[in-house]
Amino acid sequence: MTLTLSHKDVENLTLTFTTEFAASVDRVWQVWEDPRQLERWWGPPTVPATFTKLEFSPEGDARYFMTMPDGSRAYGWWRILAVHAPHRLEFEDGFSDDSGEPVDSTDFATCAVTLETVENGTRMTLVNTFKSAEQLDEMMKMGMEEGMAEALGQIDAILAESSVSR
Amino acid sequence: MLTYNQMVVYELSDTAVDRIFQALADSTRRDIIERTLRHEQSVSDLAKHYEMSFAAVQKHVAVLERAMLVTKERRGREQIVHGNSEALRRAKELLDAYEQIWHERAIRIGEILSEPEKDKNK
Repeated sequence: MTLTLSHKDVENLTLTFTTEFAASVDRVWQVWEDPRQLERWWGPPTVPATFTKLEFSPEGDARYFMTMPDGSRAYGWWRILAVHAPHRLEFEDGFSDDSGEPVDSTDFATCAVTLETVENGTRMTLVNTFKSAEQLDEMMKMGMEEGMAEALGQIDAILAESSVSR
Repeated sequence: MLTYNQMVVYELSDTAVDRIFQALADSTRRDIIERTLRHEQSVSDLAKHYEMSFAAVQKHVAVLERAMLVTKERRGREQIVHGNSEALRRAKELLDAYEQIWHERAIRIGEILSEPEKDKNK
C-alpha cells in the first residue's frame, strides 16, 4: 500500500512529497530511468505521456508530450541537473511549443527526487519548487485536467470490469 | 468529453494568483493577515504593532487589498481592515491540486512495481 506524506510551503512555492514503495531502490529507480516505464505513470491512463527523448545524465535533455483525450498534444521538456543512480535525480520541467522545443527555457519548475532504502522498501521524496505563482497556476490547471481525466479513466475501468464480471 | 475542457476554467486569473503570492512574500503583510483574520482592525491600530510609518503600513494594506487577501471599509475617520480567509484558502488550493497529481502518480508507480519482473523488456 502506498503511504504518502506531503508538506506545502505557500510562501516559498514548494511542495515536498514523500511516499514509500515495497520495492528495492534499484527497482524504483527504473520507473524513472526507463522511458517506457516512466510514460506509464507520468500521465494518467486517459492523458498518456510519450517520451521521445530521455538522456539520463547530467545536462541531459528530455522531450515528451501528453496526449489529451481529444487527440491534441501538450508538449514538455526536462533538463537533467543531477543524476546519482539509484538515489538522486534533479531536473527542470517546463512547457514546450508544438515543435516540442521549450517555449521559454528560463521558465521551469524544479523537481528533486531522492530514493532511500527503508525497512519495508524504498522511500521516495520529491521536492517541487515553482518559480512563480503564475507557473504553479498553469501546472494546477494541467493538474485539474489530469485529475478529471483520471476520474473518467477510473469510471471506464470500473465499467469494463463489471461487464467482464471478474 | 465536453465537461473535460470546462474543468480547466478556474476562478482566479494568473494575475490574481500572482498578486496573492507576491502579497504573501512579505513577513509584515503575513502578520497583518494573521491579525486581521482574528479581529477586524483599523489601519492606525495595526500601525502600532510595527516599527514603520503609518503610510508604510497603509501601503502594505493596499498590496493585500489588491490581492484580495484583506478588505477595507471606511468607518467614520477610521479605515477598518478584515482578513479574507477565502483568498488564502484558494492559494493553498493551488498547492493541493499539484499534490494530488503526485499522489496519483505514486499510485501508478506502485502498480508498476507490484507487477512481476518479466514486464521490463529493456
